[in-house]
Amino acid sequence: MSDYIEKNQDNDGVDRRGFLKCMAWAGTGTLCLVQGGVLKSFALNDVLQEKVRDLKGDLSFVQISDSHIGFNKPANPDVTGTLREAIAKVNALPTPPSFVLHTGDLTHLSKPEEFDTLSESLKSLKTDRIFYVPGEHDVLNDNGAMFHERFGQGTQGDGWYSFDQKGAHFIGLVNVLNLKAGGLGTLGHEQLEWLEKDVAKLKSSTPIVVFAHIPLWSVYPQWGWGTDDSEQALSYLKPFGSVTVLNGHIHQTMQKIEGNITFHTACSTSFPQPQPGQADSPGPMKVPAEKLRGLLGITDVNFVRGKHTLAIVDSTL
Amino acid sequence: MRRLKMQRSKTSRILRTMILGAAAIPSLVLANGALRPRSVTAAQEKPAAITVTIDNFSFAPMQLEIKAGTEVTWINKDDVPHTVVSDDHKLFKSRALDTDEKFSFTFKDPGTYEYFCSVHPKMTGKIVVK
Repeated sequence: MSDYIEKNQDNDGVDRRGFLKCMAWAGTGTLCLVQGGVLKSFALNDVLQEKVRDLKGDLSFVQISDSHIGFNKPANPDVTGTLREAIAKVNALPTPPSFVLHTGDLTHLSKPEEFDTLSESLKSLKTDRIFYVPGEHDVLNDNGAMFHERFGQGTQGDGWYSFDQKGAHFIGLVNVLNLKAGGLGTLGHEQLEWLEKDVAKLKSSTPIVVFAHIPLWSVYPQWGWGTDDSEQALSYLKPFGSVTVLNGHIHQTMQKIEGNITFHTACSTSFPQPQPGQADSPGPMKVPAEKLRGLLGITDVNFVRGKHTLAIVDSTL
Repeated sequence: MRRLKMQRSKTSRILRTMILGAAAIPSLVLANGALRPRSVTAAQEKPAAITVTIDNFSFAPMQLEIKAGTEVTWINKDDVPHTVVSDDHKLFKSRALDTDEKFSFTFKDPGTYEYFCSVHPKMTGKIVVK
């Protein structure tokens, strides 16, 4: 278990005990219920015994992340296989999700054939639509041109966009382009300006879901797990009663609440990464074959209109 | 949030250092115009050659002092792709290097050259050419 947070010096709502509890969720499956900014969490197995289906809301969607199609090293030599298992998991949900969010790193090396395999595989998803944001592995060598052509049609600027579903406002952000030496993820001035305008027209009661690849909170900057100008972006979301931020990138589930904002990161469908500071580097973590699927997974999100409630359920493969 | 601010000020300090370091580079490029990438095969014919290993999300050695005319070859030993890009994004810029792939560049002129991985920008390195 990590012990790098000794005290809650940052006044960010995460003390060491809370952080360790978050870490213990990784790979086990958790239901999170946000009500008026208060988080309740339950082990997924307990929830299932109490019939999680009763929590069905006005809108349910699924987040998948970090498929890394093209990766073939020992940590997982069959990432296409585990993506298929994740898809089967989504297709087995009692209520088909209205849509699926893929929070980036579709591919490992931004190769056309990797994008092809990803697209082909996702055709079997039982859902109306899939929304994407790029990860840094999707924009190698061409500054994201190929990703944009295939998955970013109709988006703004370098690929950011927003849409409304059942009274909730969804915002897809791009924080993997134009990264600066020594820095973290970056949103950039143009995107921040767009975001400020995009939310300015909304009522403060509108639930907002923001999704981007690299965490928009400071998970572990030493490993680049954060976004340099996320604070600016989050300041535009402060007036809103319910804000949920969904990220990928770190290949493990983690959650925290800061004021009105709930942050959540999803498991990868490809390979696990170590807990912050628990290895020399954030490289792919090799685990015994029988343990791999317990560390990969999907995230199912339920939204109940009028209750400002988002129920977030992580399940492993 | 305080942690984020601290991180920022540290980052801007690093950036400031890099900007100071990079200021010397453009004049050198203009004076000679002779800095250019060389292929890996050419390295075999050239006696002055040195390797930087990319491993565990870092460049090793992270700082290097070489003589002018030395060819430096980076080799990626990680399971994930990395790049080698000069801080000005212009002087040298590799494609994404998959495991065991290499990139080489010959440093013709004295100066301090800072670079980073554009995929994982926390990874930085420096080459001082005497």
